[in-house]
Amino acid sequence: MSAGDTHHPEPPSEIEARALALESLLVERGLLTSEAVDEVIRAFEQDIGPMRGARAVARAWVDAAFKQRLLTDAKTAFGEIGITEHQAEELIVVENTPATHNVIVCTLCSCYPWMILGLPPTWYKSAPYRSRVVIEPRSVLLEMGLEVPREVEVRVWDSSAEIRYMVLPRRPAGTDGWSEERLASIVTRDCMVGVAVPVVPAVPVA
Amino acid sequence: MSGVHDMGGTPGHGPVVVEAAEPVYHARWEGRVHGMMRRLLMRRVFNLDQFRRAVELIPPARYLASTYYERWLSALETLVRAPGRSAIPRAEHSADAAFRVGDRVLTRASETVGHTRLPRYARGKRGVIESVHGPYRLPDTNAHLVSIDWEPVYTVAFEARELWGSQAAPRDSVRIDLWQSYLERSRR
Repeated sequence: MSAGDTHHPEPPSEIEARALALESLLVERGLLTSEAVDEVIRAFEQDIGPMRGARAVARAWVDAAFKQRLLTDAKTAFGEIGITEHQAEELIVVENTPATHNVIVCTLCSCYPWMILGLPPTWYKSAPYRSRVVIEPRSVLLEMGLEVPREVEVRVWDSSAEIRYMVLPRRPAGTDGWSEERLASIVTRDCMVGVAVPVVPAVPVA
Repeated sequence: MSGVHDMGGTPGHGPVVVEAAEPVYHARWEGRVHGMMRRLLMRRVFNLDQFRRAVELIPPARYLASTYYERWLSALETLVRAPGRSAIPRAEHSADAAFRVGDRVLTRASETVGHTRLPRYARGKRGVIESVHGPYRLPDTNAHLVSIDWEPVYTVAFEARELWGSQAAPRDSVRIDLWQSYLERSRR
């Protein structure tokens, strides 16, 4: 599809028109092709998403040696489950423990581990989250449905450089004997950002 | 530069609003903008620090009123209009590591004119080096294509009370990744 080709029944909005104009200009200058842009969209709509991080978490819960590698050399560990492409220089996985709860933010822009969690949700990029989670993390987490006990340290990671972070949540009770696939099903994006913890559904998943 | 983008700790932004079943892109143009940015970055038409700087130059009222991809589109338009300087060779410098894990450091307190990745809320604050990374290009010069300054980046642990005072929970903490030239040795 060429940049100027739209299927909208109405004329494009101002912002759409600007985006189309920019793409046409860049194509004209030979700096990109519309097919290359299509390819990025397809990858993020179909292949790249939080299921990648969830698979690594589930593996770490059943394989102590893998967990150790995930915490010390995350890129290598992700390579073992077939994820080899990363956008940033370094990827660090931080572990929730009975004493520490981790939560990720980028106060200056919206840095996020895209290649293992997909694109960030709007709330992660919003002013309320970016401004508040560093100064009042417990209030923000409570609003989002997570109460962290007073005796547990809340450790906020502000991704201000080229290191990307992901949280390794704790394995919940009641999941003994579960397959990796079933474990991965309860590891949501929010658990790996640190604004939620995995929950075992009241009705067991088949 | 303490622009409006430097949001950590600033008041008045209201509750975090979570959208249920959010799509990857809310409109077709968002995907186009995302795809263009990725491709231009991969082609090194600009570097990531230049891109962030271009986002930061959006006037404050418009920055706050814009969605994420609207800011990206504005930044791309700025960078495409700007004359291409990225091909001009730049002087390259490399700094040796000055700190080790466990060292106590004090962050730079002074304001900067241009781009920086030292958040305003962490200026003039004391913390402890937790890990050493890099070297990475210093964004402060890389964003402006001045020179290429390779420096270690340190994960610095700050007690929440050092950053926010006694209102913060005593056990809580913030980790921030900071370039070496943002830091000096702290005597306490």
